[in-house]
Amino acid sequence: MSGEHIDEVSDVSTTGHEWDGIKELNNPLPRWWVITFYVTIVWAIGYTIAYPAWPMLSSATRGVLVYSSRHDVKNELEAAEVAKGKYVAALQAKTVFEIAADDVLRGFAIAAGGAAFKVNCVQCHGSGAQGSKGFPNLNDDDWLWGGKAEQIQQTITHGIRFASDSDTRLSEMPAFGDIITPEQIRQVSAYVSSLSGAVGDQALVIPGANVFAENCAACHGDKAKGNTELGAPDLTDAIWLYGARETAIAAQVRAPKQGVMPAWGGRLGEVTVKELAVYVHSLGGGE
Amino acid sequence: MRDKTQTEPPEAEAIDSPNTREPLYAPRKKVFPKRISGNFRRFKWLVMAITLAIYYLTPWLRWDRGPFAPDQAVLIDLANRRFYFFFIEIWPQEFYYVAGLLVMAGIGLFLITSTVGRAWCGYTCPQTVWVDLFLVVERAIEGDRNARIKLDAGSWTARKLVLRVSRHAIWLAIAAATGGAWIFYFADAPSLIDELFAGTAAPVAYITIGVLTATTYTFGGLMREQVCTYMCPWPRIQAATLDENSLTVTYNDWRGEPRSRHAKKALAAGQPVGDCVDCNACVAVCPMGIDIRDGQQLECITCALCIDACDGVMNKLGKDRGLISYATLSDYNANMAAATAGGACSVNPSLVRTDGSAFSNRLAHFHVRKIFRPRTFVYMSAWSAVGLALLYSLLTRDRLEVNVLHDRNPQFVTLSDGSIRNGYTVKLLNMIPEPRTIVVTMQGLADAEMSVVGIDMPADRSLSVPVEPDRLKMLKIFVRQPAEQINAQAQTFKFRVEDKASLESDEYTATFNAPEIVR
Ligand code: SF4
Ligand code: SF4
Repeated sequence: MSGEHIDEVSDVSTTGHEWDGIKELNNPLPRWWVITFYVTIVWAIGYTIAYPAWPMLSSATRGVLVYSSRHDVKNELEAAEVAKGKYVAALQAKTVFEIAADDVLRGFAIAAGGAAFKVNCVQCHGSGAQGSKGFPNLNDDDWLWGGKAEQIQQTITHGIRFASDSDTRLSEMPAFGDIITPEQIRQVSAYVSSLSGAVGDQALVIPGANVFAENCAACHGDKAKGNTELGAPDLTDAIWLYGARETAIAAQVRAPKQGVMPAWGGRLGEVTVKELAVYVHSLGGGE
Repeated sequence: MRDKTQTEPPEAEAIDSPNTREPLYAPRKKVFPKRISGNFRRFKWLVMAITLAIYYLTPWLRWDRGPFAPDQAVLIDLANRRFYFFFIEIWPQEFYYVAGLLVMAGIGLFLITSTVGRAWCGYTCPQTVWVDLFLVVERAIEGDRNARIKLDAGSWTARKLVLRVSRHAIWLAIAAATGGAWIFYFADAPSLIDELFAGTAAPVAYITIGVLTATTYTFGGLMREQVCTYMCPWPRIQAATLDENSLTVTYNDWRGEPRSRHAKKALAAGQPVGDCVDCNACVAVCPMGIDIRDGQQLECITCALCIDACDGVMNKLGKDRGLISYATLSDYNANMAAATAGGACSVNPSLVRTDGSAFSNRLAHFHVRKIFRPRTFVYMSAWSAVGLALLYSLLTRDRLEVNVLHDRNPQFVTLSDGSIRNGYTVKLLNMIPEPRTIVVTMQGLADAEMSVVGIDMPADRSLSVPVEPDRLKMLKIFVRQPAEQINAQAQTFKFRVEDKASLESDEYTATFNAPEIVR
């Protein structure tokens, strides 16, 4: 390029760059702008020295401030623990019944229990506690082992048919396939099904009542209303853990499936179990 | 390379010679605006007093809202997410009022700019007002323009040091007061000021003061005109809303040129002479450091101080005022055409005057009519439309609201007697600063009943709940319908909330879900 080109109109020299006859003016930048620009570069370099930045072979530089977001999380969690302290202490001291009666504590327990539920319980009971076949729905008002807050707390603490907890809730419905005849199983199934409104074959239902009285009433009660002491379900209601059809009932009579729930008392600790109990109790079916 | 054989020193130098070439990075050329008095200056003092008073005093105004709400007239309560403005209280979901005001401010700026030019910049922009304030301090301490130029050029003496230190100290004090006033908008001012000096205010208060002190000092004291020239977006936007009928500060070359410092001599020599005596008074007062006689420039904030300066000079010379004046481009062009005989010659003042002195009556003058043109009508109607819509919605807005969230997981629960239950999170919004008792009623959904966790229900389909002043109350409501009444997978019904005292009410249409086959 031979010397600088000066734009005729503005009297300003150009950079020599030209696009379609349009030349770029070379107006000076304000000096403070340039200084600011260099300051940002210095800042950026300083930043990479102060904070973890430069990649090394197996890790990265740690920065002279030794900052780590993991540390921050740890501190925040600790601070949260401290902040929760007074509620946790109150939960420790009170019974679930008292907790549920106190507006503030109930709110805290429901929030905390909801969080614990999402971590520990949803795998079986579902994220909305709606359950599924073989896993009870915790929203409804049908409780195998009782729906009072203390009963729920007991169930969560010790589990159900959980071998390694000596206080676990235990009920073993015998496999009636070995005890009564297939014909009797059909009869009793038809009878049980009719208890909750199904119109069954009267030829089966009537003898089924006898079979029931002889074999089942001991646990399920004369009126088949169940017994929460024994974990025997109410057979007259609309809720069926293993299905409402006659065939499903027959299968359960012949060789019952027996669900297992782990004991959570040791794993989660007393306070969390109380929180869970209050939470589950608040889902709408609590007694 | 200079020719060494040349005998005379060269008078002209090549423009790209290293001596004259502009450096790539230009240092700021200092501006020392001179004090001036006049009508526009008086008006600007008034505007400055009013705007500063509004800024500093507003947080101290009180407004009685009863015992359950703060009594500060203007308060942005971030912790509780409320905005109070005299009799208006805004909840976060009503933020569109603020958005609407911003839209109005934007359109208003267009409207003002298209009629009277960059009046915002010249009179009311905080940057302009604070620079003006800082200049008052600067002049009071260091003297007017010439004294300041001399001081600045002079070497560092004890006197210069004292003057400079006191100037910056006062600037910093003003800057701190500016930042300090800002935080009072966000908390109860009287109690905050005590905490502030006791050192017990929230850290964010001190940080805010620090940041705003730094920006005020830097922008108002150190950077001044550079903020407008380089940083602010408004000049670019405003340039687009100006047109040939907008008033801007204009140097009327059609009567000023040819300018001359020696008018008598030139007149005697029979040359045409314009009104401009080239005294540079207009340049000396300009806070932007520019020469309005170079024509309309992006730097000009139309503060009109050069008008005051020039009018003062014209007064002294016994000439007509208005050599620099507010004029529109179309008037200016018309007059320019007259003065140059349609561009045939350079400006000849005699062409715009009938005899030696009076202006020809063919000259174009601004007329108020010009304000009313399609463009300003469009701005005006858009502005009023937004304003009226806001006003209407403000006057008719609800102060009692119900929001309902239907449980999704599970959507419904079958109960032991076969009935179906749905859960709803019902939020009652009491948006007035008084406690109220709200009655929630169910409408529709045959035979259905409500129940609420933690509340004993005396009635099946309605309950009354106390709601704290200015608060939201959340209820978990279960609705249960007997199996035999369920006639569809999704039925609708209403939650109605009512304040029996004021008869205010609101409704929410909710859905009730049931399984596909109900036994
Ligand atoms: S250019 Fe920007 S900062 Fe300067 S006066 Fe106008 S609006 Fe204010
Ligand atoms: S040219 Fe005149 S109106 Fe424009 S900024 Fe300077 S003094 Fe103000």
